[in-house]
Amino acid sequence: MFGYYLDLALHSLKRNKALTALMVLAIALGIGASMTTLTVLHVLSGDPLPGRSGTLYYPQVDARDDSGIMSGKEPPPQLTEIDGFNLLHAKRADRQALMTGGAVPIQPDSAALDPFYVEARYTTADFFAMFGAPFRYGRGWNAADDEAKARDVVIGSELNERLFGGANSVGRTLRMADSLFRIVGVLGDWAPSPHFYDLNTGSYGYAEQVFIPLQTMLDLHLEHNGSTDCWGNGTGGVGTIYPAPSCVWMQFWVQLDTPAKAADYKEFLVHYSEQQKALGRFVKVPNVRLRNLMQWLAYQQVVPDDVRLQAGLAFGFLLVCLVNTVGLMLAKFLRRANELSVRRALGASRRALFAQLLIESGVVGLTGGMGGLLLALLGLWVVRQRPSDYAALAHLDPVMLLTTFLLALGASLLAGLLPAWRACQITPALQLKSN
Amino acid sequence: MELRPILSTLRRHKITAGLLILEIALTCAIVCNAVFMIGHRLQHMDMTTGIDEHALVQVQLAAIAPTPDIYARAREDLAVLRQVPGVQAVALTNQLPLQGDSSNASLKLDPAQREPTLSASTYFGEDLPQTMGARLVAGRNLQPDEIVNADVVVKALASGNTKGLPVAVTVITQALADRLWPGQNPLGKTIYLTTQVGVRVVGVLADLARANAYNDATAHYSLVLPLFMGVGKNQSYVIRTRPQDREAVLKAAVAALKKADPQRVVTRQRTYDELRGKFFANDRAMAGILVGVIVALLIVTALGIAGLASFWVAQRRRTIGVRRALGATRRNILNYFQTENFLLATIGIALGMVLAYGINLFLMLHYELPRLPAAYFPIGAVVLWLIGQAAVLGPALRAAAVPPVVATRSV
Repeated sequence: MFGYYLDLALHSLKRNKALTALMVLAIALGIGASMTTLTVLHVLSGDPLPGRSGTLYYPQVDARDDSGIMSGKEPPPQLTEIDGFNLLHAKRADRQALMTGGAVPIQPDSAALDPFYVEARYTTADFFAMFGAPFRYGRGWNAADDEAKARDVVIGSELNERLFGGANSVGRTLRMADSLFRIVGVLGDWAPSPHFYDLNTGSYGYAEQVFIPLQTMLDLHLEHNGSTDCWGNGTGGVGTIYPAPSCVWMQFWVQLDTPAKAADYKEFLVHYSEQQKALGRFVKVPNVRLRNLMQWLAYQQVVPDDVRLQAGLAFGFLLVCLVNTVGLMLAKFLRRANELSVRRALGASRRALFAQLLIESGVVGLTGGMGGLLLALLGLWVVRQRPSDYAALAHLDPVMLLTTFLLALGASLLAGLLPAWRACQITPALQLKSN
Repeated sequence: MELRPILSTLRRHKITAGLLILEIALTCAIVCNAVFMIGHRLQHMDMTTGIDEHALVQVQLAAIAPTPDIYARAREDLAVLRQVPGVQAVALTNQLPLQGDSSNASLKLDPAQREPTLSASTYFGEDLPQTMGARLVAGRNLQPDEIVNADVVVKALASGNTKGLPVAVTVITQALADRLWPGQNPLGKTIYLTTQVGVRVVGVLADLARANAYNDATAHYSLVLPLFMGVGKNQSYVIRTRPQDREAVLKAAVAALKKADPQRVVTRQRTYDELRGKFFANDRAMAGILVGVIVALLIVTALGIAGLASFWVAQRRRTIGVRRALGATRRNILNYFQTENFLLATIGIALGMVLAYGINLFLMLHYELPRLPAAYFPIGAVVLWLIGQAAVLGPALRAAAVPPVVATRSV
């Protein structure tokens, strides 16, 4: 029966080619636009460290004074240098890393390469293990190296490729900002997106190529990049190398393996704030936050507004396309009232008619869905050509492929159900008589 | 034109007519909001900066090794750049309007004030307004003897001993003056940057947009402070030249700077027009997407209307034939379908207006978009009426061409 209905459907669709094409195209356009924007949204709001993000937390304490220069109820989004090191040295979490961003000049040994700048992350020993950064060669430095201000560096795979042709460069020296560093590790391909641990440097498509111990950076006066917010008499690095003590410019991440530990840590942050208040450093009542990674990304509204707006627009467009197709399909089915009545009079059940019509609309919907998938691939290709920082990430993953398929199926059923049902309500006798 | 027969026909096609109305309403609502958003983006992209945009280029350098004396280095660079042929003026600045990365300060009118009045963009540099071409409308520019090296100021602030420093003065924009002291003369008034540091306003600029001018309402709140920053990765040289000489001057300036101190890397070299284009790239893309959506929506809706009208015409051929046989003219038939479409479009538009308003309320809540001005509603209405009439014209003409003899034939 299915084969026969399919044959009937194709026959009917062929009779009215322009209209069939219009319905298929409308569904394809709607699904193509929706899936393109939905995929971008999905990629941008994804989990940068699946499996790990649940145990990573971003502690915030409130060191602001009462001057009101930095206002707001929320504690500052970063830490002062003093608080950062205090919390780091307290070692109350399973793992912890203090960090900030910057750029350093690389001075290659070979005369064939001109000096160039690369993005750098200044951090502490636990960074690599805590974030699961994969090492291709060697390993990170340890806490003793941090305190010793070791001239150690971990480089990214891209820089290793550029300087050493991808060979194992562990143990070799690297001249940066006129200082000699020893390469202790080379990372594999690693660029968590969004760049969750420091959103100030740009949220997407950003991967540092140089990792240097934070204390070494401070010792050598390497340049700092990123956001700096100050209160009191703090100047954000105007006329000084580093921001003043009343400026926040460092990020601090901790790993807490169980919810109980997270609760304890929050308690610790409150105690720390009270203690600092007793010492006269803090003036506000303890105001702390301990968000996990995904909560932090949501709080920072990392997905651009325009991307969400585009998704909304695309779904509005899809809705119009669907309504359009339903209307046309309905008109088409009702126009065939005669034919349907004859079939009913000859003994076809209402169910059989319904199935036949649903198959016809299903063919339109699925063809439109396939077209939509192709259009989505084209749309994503267009997105990748755009200059935005997230452009390179716009790819269809299996989840979104399945979503597209389900959306196409759902859309085609929706577009077919109402017309098919309505067309089956025809009273055959009346219809035949009136003609 | 008698409406009753049209209404009674439509009542027999409730679902189809309802779907058409829904489609028109949705299209109308989306088009109204999309046109408004395009207008909003275009207005944002049209922002004035108050500077002589087509005459400026920017060069930014980063040192490979730490610079021993950043202030002497910068003075020498400025002298070198002044010798480059075609250079009319040059200044060291911490930022340019619409650059993106920015330096800002919270301003107070009274040092005892608890919450700052507002945040403004802070420009540091010597001869900055003159080089950029920002027009002075009152008072005077900053004088060379008022300029202080940044480290001197910071040390004095840290020690609390500010005696050796010249009196701190500033030049502010008209927009900032109007916001801080509405209707008053800003010259001679004091702005507090911290509880201790006050700067006296000595000049007012017609305009100088912020480096982070994302919000139209605060985009022109800027002040120029007499600080000389010295070289650094966030500082850059802004050079004024004749528009046709920009490319040549840029090339020559970079070469001269590299010759003066080879131990550095050029991180930015661009005309101001390029800088401006980059700042608005996302808005331009979004406006393009919105135009695309509007066009696609209108095409889909027009084809939908035309398709549905064709069906109705085909379905009613006999009725039309009977009407023609009973004396209806071709024009009567044509008018019938045009009026029918007008009626459906009007209901759809009315519904669409309500929907457009609802969507706008949602957007205002979530995307900091202003209220949809009433002027945009008629735009949506007129566009949809026109589209509807254009789409129905073909099928209506076909209907009018149905000969009366059809009435006498059975199917």
